[in-house]
Amino acid sequence: MSGSYRDEMLNRMAQEARRGRLSRREFMAYSVAAGLTASAASGLWTSKIAKAAPQKGGTFKVGLHDGNTSDSHDPGTYQSVGQIQIAHATRSYLTEITPENGLGPDMAEAWSATPDARVWTFELNKNATFHDGRKFTAKDAAASLNFHRGESSTSAAKSLLADVTDIKIDGDHTIHIELGQGSADLPWIMTDYHLVMLPAKDDGSVEWESGIGAGPYKIEKHEPGVVSELVRHEGWHREGAYFDKIEIIVLNDPNARQTALVTGDVHAVTSVDLKTLALLARSPNIEVDNVPSGSAITLPMHCDVAPFNDVNVRQALKYACNRQELVDKILFGTGTVGNDYHVSPGMPYYPDLPQREYDLDKAKYHLKQAGLTELNVELSAADSVLPGAVDMCVLYSEHAKPAGINIKAVREPNDGYWSDVWLKKPFCFVKWGARPTPDNMFTLAYKDDAAWNESHWQNERFNELLLLAKKELDQERRSAMYREMCELAKDDGGTVLPMFTNFVYARDKSVQHSGNLASSWELDGGRGYHRWWFAS
Amino acid sequence: MGDVLDIIVKRLALGAVTLLVISIIIFGMVELLPGDVAQAILGQGATAENLAALRARLGLGDPAIVRYFDWLGGAVLGDFGRSAVTDTPVGDLIGPRFANTLFLACYAAVIAVPLAITLGVIVALLRNTIFDRVANVATLTAISSPEFFLGYILILYLSVKTGYFPAIAKLSSDMTFLDLLHRTFLPALTMVLVVVAHMMRMTRAAIINLLASPYIEMARVKGMPAWKVIVKHALPNAWAPIINVIALNLAYLITGVVLVEFVFVYPGIGQLLVDSVTKRDFPIVQACCLIFAATFILLNLAADVLSILTNPRLRHKK
Repeated sequence: MSGSYRDEMLNRMAQEARRGRLSRREFMAYSVAAGLTASAASGLWTSKIAKAAPQKGGTFKVGLHDGNTSDSHDPGTYQSVGQIQIAHATRSYLTEITPENGLGPDMAEAWSATPDARVWTFELNKNATFHDGRKFTAKDAAASLNFHRGESSTSAAKSLLADVTDIKIDGDHTIHIELGQGSADLPWIMTDYHLVMLPAKDDGSVEWESGIGAGPYKIEKHEPGVVSELVRHEGWHREGAYFDKIEIIVLNDPNARQTALVTGDVHAVTSVDLKTLALLARSPNIEVDNVPSGSAITLPMHCDVAPFNDVNVRQALKYACNRQELVDKILFGTGTVGNDYHVSPGMPYYPDLPQREYDLDKAKYHLKQAGLTELNVELSAADSVLPGAVDMCVLYSEHAKPAGINIKAVREPNDGYWSDVWLKKPFCFVKWGARPTPDNMFTLAYKDDAAWNESHWQNERFNELLLLAKKELDQERRSAMYREMCELAKDDGGTVLPMFTNFVYARDKSVQHSGNLASSWELDGGRGYHRWWFAS
Repeated sequence: MGDVLDIIVKRLALGAVTLLVISIIIFGMVELLPGDVAQAILGQGATAENLAALRARLGLGDPAIVRYFDWLGGAVLGDFGRSAVTDTPVGDLIGPRFANTLFLACYAAVIAVPLAITLGVIVALLRNTIFDRVANVATLTAISSPEFFLGYILILYLSVKTGYFPAIAKLSSDMTFLDLLHRTFLPALTMVLVVVAHMMRMTRAAIINLLASPYIEMARVKGMPAWKVIVKHALPNAWAPIINVIALNLAYLITGVVLVEFVFVYPGIGQLLVDSVTKRDFPIVQACCLIFAATFILLNLAADVLSILTNPRLRHKK
């Protein structure tokens, strides 16, 4: 193919792509077919199409799942997808996860730590304002974090900030966060969805009831579980917020979401029904975003309860699982196989350990080592945790049967699953939301004394490394420590981690984004509202 | 007329007792559900510490019986309390949604009741013809299909494929009345399909039943046209059973809409009830259920009173 002909063709493709008629994937495929290398094609996409200057205007209508009439503005109770998405659209955080899954500034413009990582200093953005025009100051930042701390706090993020001993205000735009023990990850923790920045009252508490924040959009009308109408916060301190208005419509029924997208009632929807994904993707005006996430399925086994107290039994159960088939059949391919340690490929410090394969001989071997010829266990699950959870357990039990392992899948009631089954039954099905860093995840659910140590796993070396790595600011040494911890979790830990799920959401082709999507939450980490725009 | 008033007063008093019993049953049921409102609010994020703090804030420490009588004390005076989750007064939460549900029920009833009675009269007139069979099969098929299925079929053919009507019944305050009727047509039509069969079949049966009576034969013999015999002579005597069935179906239009609301994303009371049960938000569950119960009680009362009024024989004791 001659050079000029190719350039002409690439230019035309770029034009089509800018109009939204060609997806990134299609563009890549055609460019490679035209003789470009994949990386050149990717670079071309970034420079020619994605950088096509976003433009302002329009009302972005989004159909969300998991919005409830009981959703409150209290950040301590944030739990539903509806709450988390609205929080990202209307309130801001000190730091953010960027579309490239790195850490970027939001309300704080810079941060630094003492060498022992025990005192963190955040320089706040001086241009940031709340929706009612008030300036955002260090006092607000301190009060917003303190809201989750202290004796009487009812916040679900209380344990996240348990190490914080004091928050000091230094002038109008600087805060120092002091920790009981060093933590290199504190700036990452500040992206947690509970830790929104709110206006402080005179007594040091925060004003959360009004729904006011310092985010890109302000609430004009809010009917929990029905609809929220937002308008651009003109004083927002950052680039972006291209849409004039946002309308968040709660569409809990998957069919209603898909129909609304197809008929043009909304421009984007969250959580596409996986069973009909292939049909939706065929629609000419719709683009599906299939984003690998750090959200994991775990099957914790209580390591202090027989038969799981024998590491050979745990290993046998890990080898008896055909992960690829679970991803293909339960997630319809929208996931990645897990490797029994809770660090996803998109997370920092991901160690690329050899993948554990489905190996019945090894499963039998470990069973024999445990002195057993047959193993009978019950695995509890409920479909409210993940649609298809019970099916997954049944499929897993079929995988394990030839090795002499009889797993009985038990369907538990959807109601009260988190209070009555999780942490109570010795072997159950759990789904975790994504956490930004390995330290965050391990401290929450794998540390020996963590309230949510769901597998009751006690490993001295692991816990020693966890504390060392927490305050280690040298990236290389830190990386090596996490690698060792993942190896321990993989071969000694009490959790079968069969897979990480993807976020699968869809949008009208008129809605454009940079081509990179944060994997922390749906819709570009809950930040599509200010990062995306309408093609002209 | 004195008799009728007497009946109304007696029935209302009985209704109040029924509501009281129902409130006790609902309270018991919510108590029996696993988990409490604090656990439901915090979900996977619950720890022993923040659970205890939240329970204290919500006043869940008191024994069940004390909490019930606290609620009852307020309810008798017309104060149904505040939502345990969002701390909004129950009235503010339920009011607008109940109005939406009532609107949809009225919309459906205005179409369904005349349609069902007219169809009933026509099929009685043309009984055992092809028309009778087709009408019966069609309405019985509609009533036998689950509401969400009917809803999806209507969405597929009247919205996705043809675009005549919107698929989601999203309401906004700047809608004109015509917009509103257009937006909510599909959910209303679904409800109509669900209730028509019952009323139509009852009208048909009641009329056919009367057609064998001597006075109808007399009317026929004197040369009256068949449709006039039915409308003027048979129908007035058939009202009592028909009214009862209509009342039952009207009540269903209000209490049975949960699935239709879900499919069409209509912000009615059913969705609120489901959300509140999941969150164990007792004051709202209680208020919603009592509204449903009261609907049944009042509509049944209305049906009985109307049956008596339309039938002079019932008004005068022998």
